[in-house]
Amino acid sequence: MNSTAATRNDATIATDGDAFALHDDDRHAIEHELAHYEQPQAACIEALKIVQRRHGWVPDGAIPAIAGVLGVGAADVEGVATFYSLIFRQPVGRHVILVCDSSSCFLTDYEALYDALAEALGIQFGQTTPDGRFTLLPVCCLGACDRGPALMIDDDTYGPVDPGDVAELLEAYA
Amino acid sequence: MTTSRPALRSSLRYRCQLRQPAAERRAETHPLTWRLHDDNSPVGYDEYLDKDGYAAVREVLGRQSPDEVIGQVKEANVRGRGGAGFSAGMKWSLTMKGEGIPRGYLVCNADEMEPGTFKDRLLLEQQPHLLIEGMILGGYANNSRYGYIFLRGEYVEAARALTQALEEARAAGWLGNDIAGSGFDFDIALHTGAGRYICGEETALISSLEGSRANPRAKPPFPGQSGAWGKPTVVNNVETLCNVPAILRHGVEWYQGLSGGRSDDGGTKLYGVSGRVNDPGLWELPIGTTGQELLDLAGGMRDGKALKTWLPGGGSTGFLLPEHLELPLDFDTVGQYGSRMGTGLLTVVTEEQSVVSLLRNLEQFFSRESCGWCTPCRDGLPWVVKILQSIERGEGEQGDIELLEDLAVKLGPGKTFCAHAPGAAMPLQSGLKHFRDEFERGISHRPRAAHEDPIPVGEV
Repeated sequence: MNSTAATRNDATIATDGDAFALHDDDRHAIEHELAHYEQPQAACIEALKIVQRRHGWVPDGAIPAIAGVLGVGAADVEGVATFYSLIFRQPVGRHVILVCDSSSCFLTDYEALYDALAEALGIQFGQTTPDGRFTLLPVCCLGACDRGPALMIDDDTYGPVDPGDVAELLEAYA
Repeated sequence: MTTSRPALRSSLRYRCQLRQPAAERRAETHPLTWRLHDDNSPVGYDEYLDKDGYAAVREVLGRQSPDEVIGQVKEANVRGRGGAGFSAGMKWSLTMKGEGIPRGYLVCNADEMEPGTFKDRLLLEQQPHLLIEGMILGGYANNSRYGYIFLRGEYVEAARALTQALEEARAAGWLGNDIAGSGFDFDIALHTGAGRYICGEETALISSLEGSRANPRAKPPFPGQSGAWGKPTVVNNVETLCNVPAILRHGVEWYQGLSGGRSDDGGTKLYGVSGRVNDPGLWELPIGTTGQELLDLAGGMRDGKALKTWLPGGGSTGFLLPEHLELPLDFDTVGQYGSRMGTGLLTVVTEEQSVVSLLRNLEQFFSRESCGWCTPCRDGLPWVVKILQSIERGEGEQGDIELLEDLAVKLGPGKTFCAHAPGAAMPLQSGLKHFRDEFERGISHRPRAAHEDPIPVGEV
């Protein structure tokens, strides 16, 4: 339905040249989301999450593809994609570790936990291990302050996590 | 090792838990939590229905006018539990409704991200039907066509519980057309976010819901006049909405009596304590409970350390001193002491912990989470962080304290579209006021010495 829009968007956004085709299931899932809102732009964040669930991140080519389905400009989609911290515009590891660095976890020494993670993985915040297994990121207060320091690995929330538990905990994520 | 792995994972897994056992909680005294289980399992649909669930919807829809509902919520004086403390009934009375005005939206703000706050998670994960019932009543009162639950993306378990509960409520006819034979149509969708603290700000939340960057909007027009897609929109916190069913079921007088004369505010509050205490946790208590009572429930300070200071309700509230522990924690009282009750979840700081370092951590948070829309916030907060970092290293410059004081004023109310920068300014201002000596100890350079002896600046 939006072939003109898609063509226009293809021409106006720089991509890394990788061919990207929206999976049929993802396209349907995005179209299904449209029903929840008054205007298609509203499905933008969910559309990005749908693509990210399949690919682990949002590849460049997905931006004009989503814009085409929603009938909005690619720049609008890119603006949204780069605003939200849980939308990844570069490849991430198979598992994403979100370490809470807010006040309650600061007071219960998340920094020692972070040091243990950084040492075990050999990476810092914002980096991915060379084997593509883990990405380490900070996150806003996880709402687990009574059990700080807290972190999330994928969909699992843990707390309090002792620095000494890190190695064994990470083993569970292949 | 292999065998102990699942045990370690499961022992470390975070479980949201109310600290009062079920035996201590009753419908008459604990309207928010009396149905919850000791094992933290969610209250399912059948059980919720058996325990007076959806009774308020049945009683009110089609039998009372929306204005009558608003009148009761207003009289009960339910104040916004997201932290701002604005009267929910007043907000509802200001929603545009009537002939020729389109039906708009009721949005539940479930974007809990305020540093130190872990209360809405409990209600979302363990009692989703109470929220849905509160939203149906709110939708009815505000003549809303549709409801959204704006849930932060990281609350995966809450998303699961809510998705199931919405399906159950829809199947049972509590959502959809002609709810309980009242002629009222209303449905709810779950909208999950993708990070960013600013989404919890009322107007930024609406921008995010519309699929844009979460920039705030100028008020007026207020969301109740023109919100999501230009329609009248009401945004209420999870805990606020969860108070509504019991008020309509048991009456205003009962609700006001819950605080037992401790406060002019009505009802109960989810209070909590985090930081280095013996037994951090979450409780449902009469509004107006004191900080000392909470600290005692939390088993006092860990390792016998003394309390230096505390934040009464999240990172955007002002520092209070040990002498303030005797104050009843309600919106008006705490407001008189240079702070706010905020979310009512205490963050405690021990005598050994540095206020400068904690403030640096808080301001780094606010700096990172600024949406960048307004200049004082976007540029002022990183500046504050840089100064705090140099003071923390003992490399501050004379005049830095005055500069921080000036910045706190320039980040204050009225300078920006939303309350993000004023929220960041409040702990800064109160920290400087109560703990000036700690800042002074971090200053080693004479004024304007930066050029000859550059003050290193760290990452923001």
